[in-house]
Amino acid sequence: MLGRSLREVSAALKQGQITPTELCQKCLSLIKKTKFLNAYITVSEEVALKQAEESEKRYKNGQSLGDLDGIPIAVKDNFSTSGIETTCASNMLKGYIPPYNATVVQKLLDQGALLMGKTNLDEFAMGSGSTDGVFGPVKNPWSYSKQYREKRKQNPHSENEDSDWLITGGSSGALAGPDPRDSTTVHEPINKPFMLPSLADVSKLCIGIPKEYLVPELSSEVQSLWSKAADLFESEGAKVIEVSLPHTSYSIVCYHVLCTSEVASNMARFDGLQYGHRCDIDVSTEAMYAATRREGFNDVVRGRILSGNFFLLKENYENYFVKAQKVRRLIANDFVNAFNSGVDVLLTPTTLSEAVPYLEFIKEDNRTRSAQDDIFTQAVNMAGLPAVSIPVALSNQGLPIGLQFIGRAFCDQQLLTVAKWFEKQVQFPVIQLQELMDDCSAVLENEKLASVSLKQ
Amino acid sequence: MAAPMLRWGCRGRRWAFARVDGGSCHRRGAPTGSTSNQIRGESSVAQQPLHTAQKTRKGEHKWAAVVGLEIHAQISSNSKLFSGSQVRFSAPPNSLVSFFDASLPGTLPVLNRRCVEAAVMTGLALNCHINKKSLFDRKHYFYADLPAGYQITQQRLPIAVNGSLIYGVCAGKKQSQVIPKTVRIKQIQLEQDSGKSLHDNLRSQTLIDLNRAGVGLLEVVLEPDMSCGEEAATAVRELQLILQALGTSQANMAEGQLRVDANISVHHPGEPLGVRTEVKNLNSIRFLAKAIDYEIQRQINELENGGEILNETRSFHHKLGCTMSMRDKEGKQDYRFMPEPNLPPLVLYDATSLPAGADPQQVINIDQIRETLPELPSVTREKLVQQYGMLLEHSFTLLNEVGLLEFFQNVIKETRAEPKKVTSWVLNTFLGYLKQQNLAVSESPVTPSALAELLDLLDSRTISSSAAKQVMDVKNRNPRAINKLIGLVRKATQSRADPVMIKEILEKKLSL
Repeated sequence: MLGRSLREVSAALKQGQITPTELCQKCLSLIKKTKFLNAYITVSEEVALKQAEESEKRYKNGQSLGDLDGIPIAVKDNFSTSGIETTCASNMLKGYIPPYNATVVQKLLDQGALLMGKTNLDEFAMGSGSTDGVFGPVKNPWSYSKQYREKRKQNPHSENEDSDWLITGGSSGALAGPDPRDSTTVHEPINKPFMLPSLADVSKLCIGIPKEYLVPELSSEVQSLWSKAADLFESEGAKVIEVSLPHTSYSIVCYHVLCTSEVASNMARFDGLQYGHRCDIDVSTEAMYAATRREGFNDVVRGRILSGNFFLLKENYENYFVKAQKVRRLIANDFVNAFNSGVDVLLTPTTLSEAVPYLEFIKEDNRTRSAQDDIFTQAVNMAGLPAVSIPVALSNQGLPIGLQFIGRAFCDQQLLTVAKWFEKQVQFPVIQLQELMDDCSAVLENEKLASVSLKQ
Repeated sequence: MAAPMLRWGCRGRRWAFARVDGGSCHRRGAPTGSTSNQIRGESSVAQQPLHTAQKTRKGEHKWAAVVGLEIHAQISSNSKLFSGSQVRFSAPPNSLVSFFDASLPGTLPVLNRRCVEAAVMTGLALNCHINKKSLFDRKHYFYADLPAGYQITQQRLPIAVNGSLIYGVCAGKKQSQVIPKTVRIKQIQLEQDSGKSLHDNLRSQTLIDLNRAGVGLLEVVLEPDMSCGEEAATAVRELQLILQALGTSQANMAEGQLRVDANISVHHPGEPLGVRTEVKNLNSIRFLAKAIDYEIQRQINELENGGEILNETRSFHHKLGCTMSMRDKEGKQDYRFMPEPNLPPLVLYDATSLPAGADPQQVINIDQIRETLPELPSVTREKLVQQYGMLLEHSFTLLNEVGLLEFFQNVIKETRAEPKKVTSWVLNTFLGYLKQQNLAVSESPVTPSALAELLDLLDSRTISSSAAKQVMDVKNRNPRAINKLIGLVRKATQSRADPVMIKEILEKKLSL
């Protein structure tokens, strides 16, 4: 059941093949079994079971809230969850329990999703490998997969991958829509329930391939898959053309100036006064602030704050921040021009290569890694465009490789429609964690008995 | 030099001035013992420009003083500028604090419509150009009463610019002339107020109350077109009246709803402007004038003695009557201004640019606001002059004194006496008594009806004017007048009645 797609599980719930509580317990035991992955900071077992109970009642009464009702989800620990510790993997927020839910969390809960827990990340999400959080690095489950192990035929290294397993498949409709608490939200209403249409006609599509994304550091495997993907579209009658995004090479530097400046500003609130960690020093306000922030933040966070403050200094503001904003405009214009030439969607790699072993990854510092690894994905932040990464195929090592689709501004639906079609074509294999799963079933049996006695 | 300055300060009376630039500052008369909080048209606490002893000795050029003001007015609104928590004075500490006000991570600002309207109204009343597009910025500094570590303000492109404020300085003999003066308004911007810190030195701790954190402020920046304390004070008073007439701020300085910082420098006319200092902590109109005049004199003295003026922030200490440096050794703050990424540009419309079918809840129409502006003080004064034939300076007095205009209008309503008579009685006799006994209009024992009745009697010649004045004396509980009355009663009873009883009965009858 746990290896199925969300839609399949949802159907199973509706048909009564499995109850929310059973599903929840399966999930919880798998989480326990895979504790060594260090994917979770908090497991909210009681909350999840209670939500499962309520979901079950709804299904019994034929009043399910929708496709997400009873579906287990986990939320990255930099999203506020009311009553549940939210740490951002930082000492600064250890023990911090928010009094409100982030909008996306609230939307999920309103749909009846079950909150399994909060997942691990780089401290304040600053990094590219989920290695630099205060609770330790996250291990890539693929390192334990049958697919990888067979290829390597030796003990797996712990590896890097973001533990951002949110939802797969087509239920993004539950989350779509304006956020009234965000002043920069787009005010277009979404008709609920939102279903992605099937791609009507691939031959009407025009796919753009940005030539500047073919960088020397790109692994041959990824390049090959990128090429195959382009061919796939072409074979279905779509137009595939090369486009140019000439300011691509400035994108990383531009991003770093703007990002660190915002970080310096956003992190100014962490002073130990209202919430979070507070040091023991009380000689003066300044001393307290300084010690609290030194103790609360790791050097990655502190480094970004210092850089950002540097760029925002009066004497530097024009040369760095304003300059970066201007370059940002050029980068955004690159995309506008590309889309204006008739392109519907851009197709690019997501990463330079497959996942790298942890020990190799940490040979370079966080900033270097981020600069390298973000190369394909951060330009869309600057251009304000929707993008999605789809797993395509396994590498020779048995590790997943994905490709990125970038859509026009506010054309999320078109983007996801194309991505959905592509996902169907490539039929990326499900991760085989069979050994873990088998152990899991045994555990489940015992749990079932336990849960029966609980109900009394 | 410190000693001479303190000497000036501790005298506790108005400054004698070095001659300042010709007609820029008009003063007259000797100081009264008044404790009024406001500069009134009628009786000013100003002085003639005098030469100081030093001046004549050195035979120097004239000095000109240049004063600019930064005024923060708390917007009168139900909720805060970017969050829904309530705006209220004197609530229990930290009882009006939303998640956003406390800077909880992940919270975002949402702009308060009423605050924007207040800014537009104020901008229009001050003849400003309203920017149809304005931007929000973050101004960063660390302080315990600033939870986010930055204040959201409008540094780059504020909501209103290039306006003017006309105020009337009373001058000439007997203060009978009102000279209109203009001060240019550089800009008006929306920004957040900070929380409050209460320093508990006894326990070596500072307590923070965030009730005020996030309340909407209008910052009104006045160009350095003023040249002395009186001009600044008069300008501020006029601004207060305008804000109160608009309803955009209650502008009560004592309650912290209006705060003024002054930027002051001196120079010789014809030469470049001098180094300016900023003077803070001015919480009444009276102290404002005092502090500015003190600082001008301090700078003159300093320069004449070969010293130099530092570009620094100074605080006014009203008990000592002087300004003192607030300088710390860390040097100037760099606020690291940055655009506020969580707020889109603020776009306003007018009749021509309003999009068709726009939801009125979602847009602000400048023209509509202009049409519904309340009557401004200058118009009210004009009307008084036209309607009641009073002098312009009388109208200034009526508006400057809190509650006096309403009192006046109520008397007019109820009496058939001539308006000029009413004006004279209200401004001279009535106001005079109030000042003598240091009362506000609201505390007056004489009601409008009572005065109206008195004036009717006067008008019908039932009583004489001196008799009327005596009645006022009694009503105002002037002890001599009361005793006189007691004496008359006693006489009438041929000294048989007990004076204490007479007093009781009289007080009851007169409902004193």
